[in-house]
Amino acid sequence: MGLSSHFFSYENHNVRLYKGSTNAAPLPAASITSFTSRKHKPSFNKMATLTVSRPLFGGFSFENCKRNALLEGEANKVGCSLPAARKTGTTICGVVFKDGIVLGADTRATEGMIVADKNCSKIHYISPNIYCCGAGTAADTEMTTQIISSNLELHALSTGRLPRVATANRMLKQMLFRYQGYIGAALVLGGVDCNGPHLYSIYPHGSTDKLPYVTMGSGSLAAMAVFEDRYKPDMEEEDAKRLVRDAIAAGIFNDLGSGSNIDLCVITKGKVDYIRPHDEANKKGVRTGDYKYKRGTTGVLTKAVTPLALEVVEETVQTMDTS
Amino acid sequence: MEKHCTNSQVKGVSTGTTILAATFDGGVVIGSDSRASMGGEYVSSKTINKVIQVHDQIFCCMAGSLADAQAVTKAAKFHLSFHSVQMESPPLVISAASVLKELCYKNKDELQAGFITAGWDRKKGPQVYVVALGGMLMSQPVTIGGSGSTYIYGYVDAKYKPNMSRDECLQFATNALALAMGRDNVSGGVAHLVVITETGVEHVVVPGNKLPKFHDE
Repeated sequence: MGLSSHFFSYENHNVRLYKGSTNAAPLPAASITSFTSRKHKPSFNKMATLTVSRPLFGGFSFENCKRNALLEGEANKVGCSLPAARKTGTTICGVVFKDGIVLGADTRATEGMIVADKNCSKIHYISPNIYCCGAGTAADTEMTTQIISSNLELHALSTGRLPRVATANRMLKQMLFRYQGYIGAALVLGGVDCNGPHLYSIYPHGSTDKLPYVTMGSGSLAAMAVFEDRYKPDMEEEDAKRLVRDAIAAGIFNDLGSGSNIDLCVITKGKVDYIRPHDEANKKGVRTGDYKYKRGTTGVLTKAVTPLALEVVEETVQTMDTS
Repeated sequence: MEKHCTNSQVKGVSTGTTILAATFDGGVVIGSDSRASMGGEYVSSKTINKVIQVHDQIFCCMAGSLADAQAVTKAAKFHLSFHSVQMESPPLVISAASVLKELCYKNKDELQAGFITAGWDRKKGPQVYVVALGGMLMSQPVTIGGSGSTYIYGYVDAKYKPNMSRDECLQFATNALALAMGRDNVSGGVAHLVVITETGVEHVVVPGNKLPKFHDE
């Protein structure tokens, strides 16, 4: 059975241009300055008129992906590059211990080589007993977890029961599969329900794994190394917290895309401990010197005061209607 | 992980696997390894189960993109249970294979997954069907699939005999999986085997250190 056939359409569209919005045409104005310059306006308008509207017959429409590739080609010809989606460049992990789940995450959000947010929150609320860490594109993880959290609350109201982790997993994987990997959200989902603690890892293409310990993100290899060394089944809560803290610390110190503090979330039956921050691994140092000089450091030799003579040229009074 | 695999042509997590199924006298053995990889360089899971039960006595093995395979088998499981309720009898193995074939063929542009279906039914006894990447459906007494299968074609052709006994067939399947896992980097972990006969279903899990060893190990 040969599995080596090549599907060109997905390999060429790995560039994520429009985070979140897939069928909407307008580009976010604030983040693109060169693209909307006069040179590009005519070609952009020409592109818009070429797209033909066609009734959608179910499933996701990938027409804009071809348009995006064309626009990128046009931009590259003139030497500009299109904006990159902001990724979280993360280390997230989770572990199952005796009474529940410990989820951990770093707090750095990067935009290319610059740290966009030094203390962002990557552990998202899904339901009172289920939390989800997100790696990948920041907007995608944020919106996906919010959508599923909202749907899960409606589902729980309709069933009258506390939601199960398997339900959240199924909803997330079906949504991500529907978007065929274009939603760049890699998630670690954990929670405690009536069947005990459960931990899932969910990949952007929609595949999931149910495991006792998982890591995701650019620092996942460093964190997984720590887990592989020290994980034991049925740990105590303190041991589990220490293990997760060390795994995230490994990711923070060995991966450029992860950094700042360590957030933990301990979920047990009936209780959630959202510890933010658990460990400030990278505290900003205190300056030892000061560049401000006290008054009088420089001695005054002479002082001359010259008043400027200003004459009134024109005076107008405009009354305001304050009735 | 944000890594997009450009060497392997499977998007996302790949099952990069060795799967096989063989009929013996009175039943069928279906088996797989348990490794899921990303881009041919990172093992994302050492213990995934690629042998999925789609009905009481029908199992299917998946190969290709893990996301596609999981979605298709879940849909097939639903279709099959609905079909069996409507027909008021357990489904035929060929029905299960056809359901998978329909899903793979109708969505051949978007999906990247292949399956081996094996099971027992009252009409034809033990059967093995293979649904290839584009949706081709074929019935064979023994079949192998996945990236690791290329290393064991010779072994399977030489060693398979029709109408073996249950234990002979189980040993044959274990040996074949062990040989493939020994040579293919994206197959590994434990060997999951399921023996399906008229009386029922038996799971055999052979952990990595209990796999048969060959001359150079």
